[in-house]
Amino acid sequence: MNRKNLIWGLLVALAIAAILSPFASPSPDGLERVAEDKGFLHLAEGKELIHALMPDYVFPGIASEGLATSLAGLVGTLLVFAAMYLLSRVFVRPKGNAGKGRS
Amino acid sequence: MHIPDGFLDPKIWVGASAVSAGALAAAVSNTRKVLEDRQVPALGVMAAFIFAAQMINFPVAGGTSGHLLGGALAAILLGPWSAGLILTTVLVIQMLFFYDGGLTALGANVLNMAVIAPWVAYGTYRLLGGLFRGNAGRTVATFLAAWLSVMAAALACSLEIAFSGTVPLAVVLPAMLGWHALIGIGEGLITVVVVSFVSRLWGLEQPGQKSYAGGEQL
Repeated sequence: MNRKNLIWGLLVALAIAAILSPFASPSPDGLERVAEDKGFLHLAEGKELIHALMPDYVFPGIASEGLATSLAGLVGTLLVFAAMYLLSRVFVRPKGNAGKGRS
Repeated sequence: MHIPDGFLDPKIWVGASAVSAGALAAAVSNTRKVLEDRQVPALGVMAAFIFAAQMINFPVAGGTSGHLLGGALAAILLGPWSAGLILTTVLVIQMLFFYDGGLTALGANVLNMAVIAPWVAYGTYRLLGGLFRGNAGRTVATFLAAWLSVMAAALACSLEIAFSGTVPLAVVLPAMLGWHALIGIGEGLITVVVVSFVSRLWGLEQPGQKSYAGGEQL
């Protein structure tokens, strides 16, 4: 595992999020399906506690549904990478802690 | 399997959040001991990959879909503690920016997908990896670890919903396990393919080896 492999890994993740996401199955997932069949899906409706920027993985203000999903995927993938990277740096390997492992 | 707001009652989501917080604190302190600076980017890439893969719902049967959870994938390649941090990061971003999974249900979702799934996968993988040797054995161990991790998460999810008084356990449990037995096959196949590809890249050959990318004993 070196820098090149990591960049490739990130590119693969971005490609999946951007290119494959518009072709994802729109059917309900396992839990949603069970909630629908067993009659408790309505409990989740109208219970929104936060106002998310891209609900249902749709980037706001884009007419094309596929493009909106691709963009949401790209933004989300980069956000997750950045958040994970920064959190690891801050909490797991804070400065001054460096050298504890054999880096 | 992201639980939305409205399915869980306060005693369940507060309880699940407390357990998850404890598990996360343990994950931070354990990864702190083993993670090296140069391994930090691998956690970011794994988290990004799992987020992207979770967007790709695949049809299973009868108008139902599933997607990769990734708990087994992260646990087998990077170790269960790192996997917990990775899946938690994915779940928090999904909740905050996409409202996939509820705010009050975050603790329960973390418990099911970031704690239970990786540990069940890791335990199964280590156990079976010790029983069957060789490449075929590793493939079987990886597949079953991934399948069981989905079933365990579905079981936990059913218990949380049932004990919240939302729907009786006898109703929700068979339905959840039934669908997730199918979704788990997809999880198993994707996990086997990605694990075999990445472990060749990283030179991981058997369980018990130290992960080059994550620092944890696998």
